[in-house]
Amino acid sequence: MNEISPARPNSLRLGPDGNGRFGEFGGRFVAETLMPLVLQVEQAYEAAKRDPSFQIELDAYLKDYVGRPSPLWFAERLTKALGGAKIYMKRDELNHTGSHKINNCLGQILLARRMGRTRIIAETGAGQHGVATATVCALFGLPCTIYMGATDVERQKPNVFRMKLLGAEINAVTSGAGTLKDAMNEAMRDWVANVEDTYYLIGTVAGPHPYPAMVRDFQSVIGTEARAQIMEVEGRLPDAIIAAIGGGSNAMGLFHPFLDDSDVRLIGVEAAGRGLDTMEHAASLSRGRPGVLHGNRTYLLQDEDGQIQEAHSISAGLDYPGIGPEHSWLHEIGRVEYVAATDAEALDSFQFCCQTEGIIPALEPAHAIAHVRKIAPEMGPDAVLLMNMCGRGDKDIFTVAAHLGVQL
Amino acid sequence: MSRIAARFAALKREGRGALIPFLEAYDPDAATSMAILRGMPSAGADLIEIGMPFTDPMADGPTIQAAGLRGLKAGATLARTLAMVQDFRLDDADTPVILMGYLNPIASYGPQRFCEHAAAAGVDGVIVVDLPTEEAHLLAGHAHANHLDIIRLVAPTTDDARLPLVLQGSSGFVYYVSITGITGTRSASTADLAAAIPRVRAVTDLPIAIGFGVRTPAQAAQAVQVADAAVVASSLIEILAASLDAEGRAAPDTAQRVLDQVRALAEGVRNARVPA
Repeated sequence: MNEISPARPNSLRLGPDGNGRFGEFGGRFVAETLMPLVLQVEQAYEAAKRDPSFQIELDAYLKDYVGRPSPLWFAERLTKALGGAKIYMKRDELNHTGSHKINNCLGQILLARRMGRTRIIAETGAGQHGVATATVCALFGLPCTIYMGATDVERQKPNVFRMKLLGAEINAVTSGAGTLKDAMNEAMRDWVANVEDTYYLIGTVAGPHPYPAMVRDFQSVIGTEARAQIMEVEGRLPDAIIAAIGGGSNAMGLFHPFLDDSDVRLIGVEAAGRGLDTMEHAASLSRGRPGVLHGNRTYLLQDEDGQIQEAHSISAGLDYPGIGPEHSWLHEIGRVEYVAATDAEALDSFQFCCQTEGIIPALEPAHAIAHVRKIAPEMGPDAVLLMNMCGRGDKDIFTVAAHLGVQL
Repeated sequence: MSRIAARFAALKREGRGALIPFLEAYDPDAATSMAILRGMPSAGADLIEIGMPFTDPMADGPTIQAAGLRGLKAGATLARTLAMVQDFRLDDADTPVILMGYLNPIASYGPQRFCEHAAAAGVDGVIVVDLPTEEAHLLAGHAHANHLDIIRLVAPTTDDARLPLVLQGSSGFVYYVSITGITGTRSASTADLAAAIPRVRAVTDLPIAIGFGVRTPAQAAQAVQVADAAVVASSLIEILAASLDAEGRAAPDTAQRVLDQVRALAEGVRNARVPA
């Protein structure tokens, strides 16, 4: 499947450097107590990368447990309805557990086992990463504690119950606004208190080095597959690729194998919440500025005194005031265009996708669909557009019903 | 000689360890935290550590998280925290003041500007929790140029191979984080400390302070018997928090209650028998 040429000397796929930097972004900004642990994760990951048996083991789980490769779907009715570019969907919502998150969880839990760790912790926003983590912990018989903001526990009840069924302990975090940022703070506090046995399984391309690079590598299976699949059906690369961005793992996984294909437009869609010009959005790149949080230097929503601001999105998975550092770098060098879609646009696109394609998308990729609807009509019928359907919407039906005024 | 070095040298001559009490800037309001700061030297503080409030203090437990949020709600900013130190220096030229906090507010203020303004305000040292040695170059040059000590954290997880690297470029004193965990949760055992401190002592001539889990006068006394200073934070904040009304407002005796505990801690430290 992997037909990407080796990275060239001037490749955009070479990062990060030895200090975990993508340009000025990334790094390892953690307390000294955690620093030795972070370095251990890095060493273990470097060793695993050099060991062919690690990839063979991971590939076997991805194939038989997750169901990879995920299909590439030509969304014909959506294409017709928009009257422009041909639209393809990378169907990572068909993965076991319902989103792309499982790709990374399997990679990291295999690493945790190699490191001899016996307890797993994770943060989760929408609960997709929590469910995927709880799933792999059940698969390998490891105890699992999930930190989830109390607000998110409330709006993602189905996933909370799933995690419990899978045997995970759920810790509802009440500090801050009780969302993903606060869950991540609390997970880091747990890690610092349980350094002997615990592995922190971060769910997105953020956190201290090596997490942004490692999570990207595990998610790059999405882009690697998609690249080969689109070559097979279209005989060429797509004109544009679109993915939603919270922390940015599904987007990074899809984009990375295409970074050196300069003719392919890469577009990341942030959550504009109630509007970019309100105080209620999660658009770190469009409206934030560089700072340091959760172990890395990246774009953050912050006030003039450097205090972190609460993000807002209808989608719990995008409700985060930061973004992976590699995205910050790709933004600054201009390789990826970062745009935004509002709650209302996502909600409308959620319904539109249900009715035109028979696919109930998660609210996260509904933001990507919203942007597809903006640009596809402006592109010619020969143009090819690829979007990441990174999660399914079963978890969101209660949120959507509430917004539509429907009592379930 | 810096204020920090001078203070530790004087205490060494006296044959006793140092008490370093902590307060969070603007907790629960500007006037009360200023009263606590002003009152600390006469209550027995040998050095003072001031927390710079941050929304996301990842190494802190619920007590100091709450203190930071109260401070922010009361209007704390980095500039106002520096102004507190400047006011304090009007009456106190000798007690070293150390600022403790997280990198983002400093990065936002500008590392160079922060170091210049902190030094001008009378700050002596800085502890930046999420700035490990590997990233310290962001601040180190500016701190050095302004004669500010960069005080490094050493943790139980810092092994012997890593210790020299961590202490490279550190000055003032070494802050030994006595537990693996967040502030205000548990305390290290006497045996743990007795084993850990000589390990650090072997690679540095700097004084060593023990923090995280030092709560009572007895624990403070124990800390200065194995190290050179005891940092007490969460237990003082708990006393402050317990004095607040339902709306989080200070009582008339809030500062007094905190300072009474500083006095008790100082007595513990001063009565500790320090091995010659």
